[in-house]
Amino acid sequence: MLITSPYRRRRFINFLGLAFAMAAMGFGLFWLAWILATLLHYGLQGISFKLITLMTPPPGSSGGLLNAIYGSLAMSAAAAGIGTPIGILAATYLCEYGRGRWLAGTTRFINDILLSAPSIIIGLFIYSIYVAQVGHFSGWAGAFALALIVIPVVVRTTEDMLKLVPDRLREAAAALGAPRWKVTIFVVYRAARAGILTGILLALARISGETAPLLFTALNNQFWNPNLNAPMANLPVVIFQFAMSPYRDWHELAWTGALLITLGVLGFTILARFLLRPKRHD
Amino acid sequence: MIDLLHTEAKTAKHLRDPSDHRKNPVKLSVRNLDFYYGEYRALKSISLDIMENKVTAIIGPSGCGKSTLLRSMNRIYELYPGLRATGEILLDGRNILSRKQDLNLLRVKVGMVFQAPTPFPMTIFDNIAFGIKLYERLNNSELADRVEWALRKAGVWDEVKDKLHYKGTSLSGGQQQRLCIARAIAVKPELILLDEPCSALDPISTSRIEDLIVELKSDYTIAMVTHNMQQAARVSDYTAYMYLGELIEFGDTDTIFTRPTKKATEDYITGKFG
Amino acid sequence: MALGEADNGGRKTSAGRSWGDFVFENISKLSAWLVLGILLGIIVSLIVGSYPAIRRFHLGFLVSGQWNPVTQQFGALVPIVGTLVTSAVAMLIGIPVSFGIALFLTELSPVWLKRPLGTAIELLAAIPSIIYGMWGLFVFAPIFADTLQPWLKSRLSGLWVFGPLFQGPPMGIGVLTAGLILAIMVIPFIASVMRDVFEVVPPALKESAYALGATTWEVVWRVVLPYTKAGVLAGIMLGLGRALGETMAVTFVIGNAHNLNVSLFMPGNSIASTLANEFTEAIGAMYTSSLIYLGLLLFFITFIVLAFSRLLLARMKQSEGR
Repeated sequence: MLITSPYRRRRFINFLGLAFAMAAMGFGLFWLAWILATLLHYGLQGISFKLITLMTPPPGSSGGLLNAIYGSLAMSAAAAGIGTPIGILAATYLCEYGRGRWLAGTTRFINDILLSAPSIIIGLFIYSIYVAQVGHFSGWAGAFALALIVIPVVVRTTEDMLKLVPDRLREAAAALGAPRWKVTIFVVYRAARAGILTGILLALARISGETAPLLFTALNNQFWNPNLNAPMANLPVVIFQFAMSPYRDWHELAWTGALLITLGVLGFTILARFLLRPKRHD
Repeated sequence: MIDLLHTEAKTAKHLRDPSDHRKNPVKLSVRNLDFYYGEYRALKSISLDIMENKVTAIIGPSGCGKSTLLRSMNRIYELYPGLRATGEILLDGRNILSRKQDLNLLRVKVGMVFQAPTPFPMTIFDNIAFGIKLYERLNNSELADRVEWALRKAGVWDEVKDKLHYKGTSLSGGQQQRLCIARAIAVKPELILLDEPCSALDPISTSRIEDLIVELKSDYTIAMVTHNMQQAARVSDYTAYMYLGELIEFGDTDTIFTRPTKKATEDYITGKFG
Repeated sequence: MALGEADNGGRKTSAGRSWGDFVFENISKLSAWLVLGILLGIIVSLIVGSYPAIRRFHLGFLVSGQWNPVTQQFGALVPIVGTLVTSAVAMLIGIPVSFGIALFLTELSPVWLKRPLGTAIELLAAIPSIIYGMWGLFVFAPIFADTLQPWLKSRLSGLWVFGPLFQGPPMGIGVLTAGLILAIMVIPFIASVMRDVFEVVPPALKESAYALGATTWEVVWRVVLPYTKAGVLAGIMLGLGRALGETMAVTFVIGNAHNLNVSLFMPGNSIASTLANEFTEAIGAMYTSSLIYLGLLLFFITFIVLAFSRLLLARMKQSEGR
């Protein structure tokens, strides 16, 4: 057998390949560390009590983010309230009633596409069918746009979780004489409870930072407005507006707002992971 | 019966030394091999010799460590963290468990065929050429010759010669397995490890592969794991019986199957347990 | 519950099923239809909204470089080119890096590091895109303009054919910067799909290649990659879909100029960033309609890319099940 220079060359190529893989991993971590460090550095400077007591300021004066924080929370809550039931029910169809039917397959496919569709298109859509019709931007429009982002996330995770519920559980419940809807609500949902909750949390994480769909729907509002039927301040759009402005004070608030939404996203994500952590039974 | 019990009590040594061992040189010698999955000790001080140009079968109930033993012989277990072997495995007198042993070069010398057929996602020709091209510089016609040689040797040439550019996965299960044997042979290993090569195959494919194993031993040394005792009896020259990580009995196949010295071996062979 | 105590609601439909089932099934079915309805609604509303612009500009919209709100002449060439070029830069960097990360996570990483490192890469996907934009504009662009950009310029601007891509003043923001940041953003998507498909390669297949004396690189490059090529391609398409439609990060750093430039250093515009910047300020029906036309194009392109990705993944799942 011939084992000389070709083998050396191959080992060298192997070495290069593996070194490249390591460098790629380092490349990814480098940006993550840099971005998070920047965010903490600039964002923490602005953390103060004023954030939650004052409204967004006019240029050149200091202020807080109270109206934006409230608006983001209100719209996210409304979006989750609208999107979650629809998402769970659609997933129920995919996994329980619609198994093997064309509607289930098509819905699954379309849902997966909506999951990654550009969110700015969602904003355009809500603008055309709602904002343009009622004639004004509003918190509800923002909530509807976010709900359209919530739905695919919830459908996807809920379906995955319902699929994990073994059929023998369904059979056992049905064998006791329970109709399908009772099997689904009292047995299947219960068995998949943590997973369904995870889906909702992931959806919340996803919409916490969404900016594009709010630009044409909720717009922004410099003042305190608890009314979802009027233009509403929200963190992402405030950050966008303030960051793109030439004013220092606004930049600082934008960084702090950015830190807040990132903490929100990470908080939801970590909570979701915690719920889904591998459990040790036996 | 009493006699068997008596023998069991008295035999402390694991390794019997049948006299005909002397006729064939030892190809691979396992010395006090222990194997650990993390903390769990899966092999307990195994010692046995694999003779050159012979077929050695390793039998035993599932979970007895027979595959683990085989997978130590080319150190394929190294792919997974937490697995380690201690002791010695001497291939032509050199300890392959040594840290200095280059794993890739070891695996060129010790080929392996797995339980289920594992054709690579490429053409039949490229499946065979894959291993050859790793270590040898052949021109196209030499390569084609070698591929044909390997496929002929594995007895699958007539079935695939007209579709060498088809995907390896397009073959039937039995053909795929012979393709994998051809792939292993093509790099001209000295020792071939077969890990239950027929367990996923139908009876007809199985008998073809058994015939092939017998043919191959004139050129190669073969160690195989099987859960099928008849298979071991049919094709092997030596048989090792393992139970719960220990080598219970090792000797030439005729002796093991007709006059086992241990009761445990006899029970297994006669189907009393396992 | 005692056996035989089955209480199934009493009243039955004619098919022998309870009313509860009838209602519940149809509500869930309606929700499934609603998901389809969203897609249909998006398409219809985009077509209706862009209809005036479609009638006026036809497909010439795609190749016209004009974007003039004063004369009401609009063409999509600049944003289309900007979208494609930034995505191409992102893919050029993102694909090899993602492959490297997936390779590291599946073949090289010590077991105890796999989870934390995998999570870290997924965190890159969790960071909101507006953060990427701010970071890109305030932190990355100035440093980029001072260091890497001049270096690239001095090394590459003299090159044949490729040289002009790297000419012009190093301003920090521009098409190249947008592409780079997009690359970082798509890496987690591509890498996690690649890692997932690499992990479903049957161990015996990899063992067979190792058993022939192949090195790790050879096993991955010549056995794992061909085996998983559909899934890998799906991951790439998923990343591409993301890159094409990404809005905020690009809007911050691309420069928002309706100019066509050969140089990657110059500012440009993408479809999504044009929409983000101009939609609420657009005056006049034709302007708005042209912007919606842009949105329709973006949706069309990403839909095809994403559909392709999902089809590949579905096909791969099927062949696994065999």
